[in-house]
Amino acid sequence: MTQPPKPAAPAAAGRGNMKAELSDHFKQYKHVWVFIEQERGVVHPVSFELLGEARKLADKLGVEVAGVVCGAPGEATKMAAAEAFCYGADVVYLCEDPVLEHYRNEPYTKAMTDIVNTYKPEILLLGATTLGRDLAGSVATTLATGLTADCTELAVDADKSLGATRPTFGGSLLCTIYTLNYRPQMATIRPRVMAMPPRVDKPIGRIIEHRLDMAEDNIITKVLAFLPDRDSNKSNLAYADVVVAGGMGLGSPENFQLVKRLASTIGAEYGCSRPVVQKGWLTADRQIGQTGKTIRPKLYICAGISGAIQHRVGVEGADMIVAINTDKNAPIFEIAHVGIVADALKVLPALTEAFRRRLSPHNRDKLAS
Amino acid sequence: MHIVVCIKQVPDSAQIRVHPVTNTIMRQGVPTIINPYDLFALEEALRLRDKFGGEVTVLTMGPPMAEDSLRRALTYGADRAVLLTDRFFAGSDTLATSFALATAIARISEVYGKPEIVFTGKQTIDGDTAQVGPGIAKRLDLLQLTYVSKIGKLDLDGGSIEVERRAEGGVQVLKTRLPVLITMLEGTNDMRRGSMKDALRAARAEVVKWGAKDAGIEDMTKCGLRGSPTVVKRVFAPGGRTDKAEFITFTDKTPIEFGDELVEAIFKRQPAVEDDLIKHAHEFAAY
Repeated sequence: MTQPPKPAAPAAAGRGNMKAELSDHFKQYKHVWVFIEQERGVVHPVSFELLGEARKLADKLGVEVAGVVCGAPGEATKMAAAEAFCYGADVVYLCEDPVLEHYRNEPYTKAMTDIVNTYKPEILLLGATTLGRDLAGSVATTLATGLTADCTELAVDADKSLGATRPTFGGSLLCTIYTLNYRPQMATIRPRVMAMPPRVDKPIGRIIEHRLDMAEDNIITKVLAFLPDRDSNKSNLAYADVVVAGGMGLGSPENFQLVKRLASTIGAEYGCSRPVVQKGWLTADRQIGQTGKTIRPKLYICAGISGAIQHRVGVEGADMIVAINTDKNAPIFEIAHVGIVADALKVLPALTEAFRRRLSPHNRDKLAS
Repeated sequence: MHIVVCIKQVPDSAQIRVHPVTNTIMRQGVPTIINPYDLFALEEALRLRDKFGGEVTVLTMGPPMAEDSLRRALTYGADRAVLLTDRFFAGSDTLATSFALATAIARISEVYGKPEIVFTGKQTIDGDTAQVGPGIAKRLDLLQLTYVSKIGKLDLDGGSIEVERRAEGGVQVLKTRLPVLITMLEGTNDMRRGSMKDALRAARAEVVKWGAKDAGIEDMTKCGLRGSPTVVKRVFAPGGRTDKAEFITFTDKTPIEFGDELVEAIFKRQPAVEDDLIKHAHEFAAY
């Protein structure tokens, strides 16, 4: 595999060097890019969320937003490019090649690094999905640039560098990270951390096609099969409108039934905090927080969750948070809209019954008349 | 066969506390553990060695006290432990870390034999980046298999491996050529209890200690802070929302009174949710 040409590295940043000193080579790097994750004809929604965020960064920088679409030649890949414009891309870099039909690290890394080295973006954003994280690490290492994983906030500084904020120390504090002297500045962002921008019907705009010079014979890894998840196994936590969650404050796995009962009564998804998964009460796909799912429901009800930072960053996008905890000083109350300082084992059944009464057909008819 | 497993010693996150006034991590007295995700990689490596023969070398980069974690890995049954430790590594980000580890693995290849597989966990619980594994693979030009949930056919003579890896919406079955770097998904196996024999051996075993030079690192500008393109400018605790939560009391009411008051408070603030829930209740009743 041929390596793309590496840009000349500038003098290494010394200890304590906190100021950007971009080399002339890196000063050519312009515009904000989003990797559009597309597989089996479906664009991952995180890509559109990132286009919305890229637009904000690009407006501050006075530059353009570009989407990068890779895939097999055909309708699905072209549709992904067309959709990128509807979510705010000014331009799309399109790389169509049969070797890009299924995601594989080798050809995708080559495609991305080649396009970056040719067209030189200053910021490159990818979704922190299994695909995005697999790809971002390889691309950043090949380009010898900085990459910040799982950002919860992005901002452009006065000196026009990207400040990427993420939880650190196992999610107990936040830190803001910069890639001052290298380009592009790369970051991955988890699904649902950024709000979905509105979709606006737009004609296909400027498309720059990139030819990938790679033959299937030269790619060592082969995809033998893809086994889709059974729907029954999937939780739809990330995109649910109402979520009910429980934490260690519930005391035992049996008591988690109270969370599930409330969730099923109001048609919500249920989830939990990280310790609950570590205890084995629920499986990892139900975990909410930095290392689990990020959620943005209209209503989030959590019981027995103290609100460690790694949990908070996963739920702060909720429109309304109702927190139940016996400790009135629990940090969860700092982000809650409605708080109840009481035993979740008593509050949850009372709330479930109240919803049942309120939503029963008998009661609704009465209200309507 | 020879397998290298990269592990990391991390603070037990369940016991990390943040100082309420200074917002700094209170490290004192926090016990350290092997990054839990790495145990799945180690166990998988030990299973392959038990099946195919050969050796497992565990490697870590860290302060001298990281030797504890290596010794722990030896009690589980690893054959050899290498500690990469040097003040030049302080402040390494993921790019600098993967450079140091990759160089050390190249050195391990020369001294102890070329590994067919390099394992890492899917990520660490303190950094949570999942970037070091792919970084090592790229630098050593190894094929990269991340989030592997199952190792299928391993053909040492033919030099090929089949794995299942977690992808978005399903599982990818991949076949590729050795040598590879595998990051192992959690929950894929249960770490064995080490044997008494291994425990005794681990207590006496010598942990190989390499500084940057010993590991074959010549370019120190690629290590530590100097070799790290990312700069941490600010560490802070997040602020709460500016408007305070409305508290609803529980003990002074009947459960019915309390429940009705809470539901009313929710719907008053989020009328759209009431419509959604009524719609859901209708659909539910229709079945």
